[in-house]
Amino acid sequence: MPSLGADMEEGTLVEWRVRPGDRVARGDVVALVETEKGLIEVEIFASGVVESIVVEPGATVPVGAVLAIVRGEAEPPGREAAPATPPAAAPAAPSAPPPAPAAPPPPATVSAPGMPPPRARVSPLARRVAAALHVDLAAVQGTGEAGTITKADVERAAAQGAALPAAAAPTTAAAPDHLAGMRRVIAAAMARSKREIPHYYLATQIDMHRAVAWLAAENAQRPVTARLLPTVLLLRAVALAVRQVPEMNGFWVDGQFRPAAGVHVGVAISLRPGGLVAPAIHDVDRKSPEQLMRDLLDLVKRTRAGVLRSSEVSDATITVTNLGEQGVETVFGVIYPPQVALVGFGRLVERPWVADGTVAPRPVISASLSADHRASDGHRGGRFLAAIDQLLQRPEAL
Amino acid sequence: MTKDEIRQVVVRVLRDVAPEVRPDTLDPTASLRDTLDLDSVDFMNFVVGLHAALGVDVPETDYGKLASLDDCVAYLAAKRREGPA
Repeated sequence: MPSLGADMEEGTLVEWRVRPGDRVARGDVVALVETEKGLIEVEIFASGVVESIVVEPGATVPVGAVLAIVRGEAEPPGREAAPATPPAAAPAAPSAPPPAPAAPPPPATVSAPGMPPPRARVSPLARRVAAALHVDLAAVQGTGEAGTITKADVERAAAQGAALPAAAAPTTAAAPDHLAGMRRVIAAAMARSKREIPHYYLATQIDMHRAVAWLAAENAQRPVTARLLPTVLLLRAVALAVRQVPEMNGFWVDGQFRPAAGVHVGVAISLRPGGLVAPAIHDVDRKSPEQLMRDLLDLVKRTRAGVLRSSEVSDATITVTNLGEQGVETVFGVIYPPQVALVGFGRLVERPWVADGTVAPRPVISASLSADHRASDGHRGGRFLAAIDQLLQRPEAL
Repeated sequence: MTKDEIRQVVVRVLRDVAPEVRPDTLDPTASLRDTLDLDSVDFMNFVVGLHAALGVDVPETDYGKLASLDDCVAYLAAKRREGPA
């Protein structure tokens, strides 16, 4: 069970996307787990062949527990195989995996002796809808591929009266109290941040007239599928500024700053039912604005649907939050530990702006930095904000 | 495609963007961005989804014409009648 945040203690295996004998490559999604942050698609960290499944769907196991055994390409089958998830410091699961089965498990429609009954495949969105509508998935007939239960199946079942009374709503992994769970996760992370991290705060106003004009001209020529939002330029500017002030990008661990190798920007996304997540977009400094826009659209859509990937939940090296659309002028953010910096953007507003001895209306945005004083000082923080400003004055180069 | 069919497509795309949308409680004249709390990324996903479903490329300058569900249906029906630019 991968650790998907400093405060995660356990997770529930919802379904496997692989079977023993399947070949997997690093980064493949191999399982779906339920955590207090919602449903997470677990990506595998090594390539090889799935030798055995250790944790069955429905089981709740602590972080670090071995979920499955994967044999590396060059390894012979047997006990030397690597666990499918990175080992934790104190795994609670048995240290030795059970013997690998001699053959792949029977088809899902047949129960092996002593095994729990087969679980229907359920799309993540359907699982979410079922939880919201209190529909018992066991009573839903799947009409999707290979009998997969889809959102439409759940809604149909709800309309036909399959919804459970609220008091009898399932208390299994299919319908946990997501909101309360997420609140606990946020509470733990933010309390730890305020308790342990000596924040300092800086803010500046950035003239956005070049960026806004460039975007308007570009978007007028682009099809809808290639248009850019101002957020993309802000994310690029932050990621490139990190190259100039690398002490903003990384983690404070074991009493020292550890710079991150990549620039994986956590994007704060507020959830409409309540709560907040900040999944990472990887390698923002290396992506074109077009690619970044596609990644952002996809990430937000999947976040709304309630399914993120494990690397997105765990890999952020710096966080950006944009509260401008809520009318916020300036953000004074709380750093997500063990990260060391958070950049906040406020509302893009027209302001009188003095340049070259004249006053003119300009679109202006407030950029703020919350930084860990153990990892950097205000002087470097100021350099970082100045770098973001300078980068935004050349939008065509972002 | 009738206006009712366009409305169904719009609601489906909306639900892809905002899964918690309940069509039966959606006021067809209310601002989508306000009532559904759509941010600019959600709205972009909505416009991209409409393009994929209906083949209509909504220029940025027309985003204001997609304010409510009724507005969307009227605008998209007109654009489909016009055909490709």
